[in-house]
Amino acid sequence: MRYIDAFRDGELARGLATAIARDADPARHYRLMEFCGGHTHAISRFGIADLLPSHIELIHGPGCPVCVLPVGRIDQAIRLALDHGVMLCSYGDTLRVPASDKLSLLRARAQGADVRMVTSPLGALALARQHPDRQVVFLAIGFETTTPPTAVALQQARALGVGNFSVLCNHVLTPAAMQAILTAEGGTRIDGFIGPAHVSTVIGSAAYEPVAREHGKPIVIAGFEPLDVMRAIQMLLQQINTGRAEVDNEFTRAVGPQGNTKARALVDEVFELRDSFEWRGLGTLPHSALRLRPAWAAFDAEQRFAAPYQPVPDHKACECAAIVRGEKRPEQCRIFGTACTPDHPVGSCMVSSEGACAAHYSYGRFRTAPAPHSTDSPHAPHSQPAA
Amino acid sequence: MHRIPNPPLDLAHGRVDMSHGAGGRAMHQLLQQLFLPALGNPWLLQGDDGARLPEANGRLVMATDAHVVSPLFFPGGDIGSLAVHGTLNDVAVMGARPLYLAASFVLEEGLPLADLARIVRSMGDAAKAAGVPVVTGDTKVVERGKADGVFITTTGVGVMTGPLYLGGANAQPGDAVIISGTLGDHGAAILSVREGLALDSPIVSDSAALHGLIADLLAAVPTTRVLRDPTRGGLAATLNEIAHQSGVGMVLDEAALPVRPAVAALCELLGLDPLNLACEGRVVAICPAEEADTAVAALRAHPLGRDAAHIGSVAADARCFVQMRTRLGGQRMVDWLAGDALPRIC
Repeated sequence: MRYIDAFRDGELARGLATAIARDADPARHYRLMEFCGGHTHAISRFGIADLLPSHIELIHGPGCPVCVLPVGRIDQAIRLALDHGVMLCSYGDTLRVPASDKLSLLRARAQGADVRMVTSPLGALALARQHPDRQVVFLAIGFETTTPPTAVALQQARALGVGNFSVLCNHVLTPAAMQAILTAEGGTRIDGFIGPAHVSTVIGSAAYEPVAREHGKPIVIAGFEPLDVMRAIQMLLQQINTGRAEVDNEFTRAVGPQGNTKARALVDEVFELRDSFEWRGLGTLPHSALRLRPAWAAFDAEQRFAAPYQPVPDHKACECAAIVRGEKRPEQCRIFGTACTPDHPVGSCMVSSEGACAAHYSYGRFRTAPAPHSTDSPHAPHSQPAA
Repeated sequence: MHRIPNPPLDLAHGRVDMSHGAGGRAMHQLLQQLFLPALGNPWLLQGDDGARLPEANGRLVMATDAHVVSPLFFPGGDIGSLAVHGTLNDVAVMGARPLYLAASFVLEEGLPLADLARIVRSMGDAAKAAGVPVVTGDTKVVERGKADGVFITTTGVGVMTGPLYLGGANAQPGDAVIISGTLGDHGAAILSVREGLALDSPIVSDSAALHGLIADLLAAVPTTRVLRDPTRGGLAATLNEIAHQSGVGMVLDEAALPVRPAVAALCELLGLDPLNLACEGRVVAICPAEEADTAVAALRAHPLGRDAAHIGSVAADARCFVQMRTRLGGQRMVDWLAGDALPRIC
């Protein structure tokens, strides 16, 4: 079996599209939120919206790690790098997120900060072992998918006695964000969720049951391939049409009810719930993020260095907050595609390819971009320089 | 000519040192024993400051390209052969027959002479195979840490073989968009080496000199309007450049794109798109729609064009968007990549 092509098959997609069109009640307008940036990316990259009837609306959710990280958290990392002289390591997208004073971690690097891109927390740990004379900090971000690797790096650091390694922990929790979107005052109407793929392999489908039960919203966990997404949409319609609100699982090839119990135990050993955490767009949410347990305090960058978190308001024109809540679409932001582009992002949603704005800009803006006003073009077709 | 003392270079264990660029006997030794045997031709052997070339019959085309690839050696080539192919292809896509090359080397102190010899031999072999001699050159050495092994800049001169004017501003709505082979092989080959991925069968760079292939195409379809080699930024960047130069849009058909399964798999693994990966032996051709089949057939008849495909068409779009019908049946943009996913590839 060709695993890449099999889940992108055009014929199967057309069959599913026909079934979805048949199941969709023309009297209803369905508003379905794909929680994860991975789904946002797949929907945009494969043009899934083109295969759906117009009364099924897909709303981009907050599940993109760099999108929900508030500016103050990046500022904190920049201060560690610039003021405390640490070697600051993080994932590639994180380095490009705009912070205060027109900085980002990449721009701080141009000012002399030692900022390194790693593809795993173990890469940061390896740097700490190579540079025993330096303080190495891993800026840990992400939902439940990226948390177990951070826990593994911390366990290894302790086992190896690596004293110059610490973690600036910003790991956040998916169910808490779903609750926040559903309870936001004046928030957007959501009829159901396309549930996370990779996060669910860790936390399992049972983790969403309180959300479905308490808010009466169906959730269908789906893989990141386009046929997964389409099948999940069909399963959501079936629940909505019959008034059910259950957790259903399309991604059974990878997700079980309990998820990865070994990874969960590992996370539980190293991390505990924060009382509250500020999210970009969702505000300060109780029990929505993790911090290192007291037994791991020696590896906690927030305790090792005096660089407390200070909240910072978002850029005035940036609509990222409303976009991660699903209240606005990227093209409704007035700086989308003008002041804010993937090459010069103003807001975090324009940074990662999983961000709603970057996905729409890179794959979907032909649907909404107007024709240019002026007709003069910089070129003169068929002109030829003199011989 | 009086002989200058010329003791043998230690090509097995020797390394480049600062004296190799200092203009003294050590530099002479390097030229005599390493560069000249590999690249030798009458112009270079004269040992003058430049090459005095025969009169050319037609308009001249000139192109230059700096090569800084890391690693220096990769499956399917090395910086030496790449430096020949890259510049020859830039001359060829202008519709010219490449005639001569010039090469300058920036060597880093400490570079093993064995590596340098291998690179220069590979360069000589590539130039010989292409029938385009390196007629003049220069070598400088910089301190350790100021370069990465070796940087090579090549400049090519060619002569127009006909009145044909090829240019990125010539694409017209309705034209066919054609690619001469599989996408992203070079970028994927570099990436797989850098990431240390142990693949069952290594991905091999497509690095090749395209002037023969291009001559065959232009002979078959003299109405070809645009030729360009999709190097850095891949096919996506090349088509966006042409769209903006010509003031048109394009629509590709994803199902028609030739991509090797191993390249597609690597891209999935690393979250990349083959459309953004560099090719070093492919050419994009835009020609009138009615010539598309002839163009594809001409390309496929050449060993370097066996996987050629008609992948889309030029459309009227004042926004200059490149779009694609996905295999799934949807529509999406094919945009320039933001940032630099993969530096130092060529």
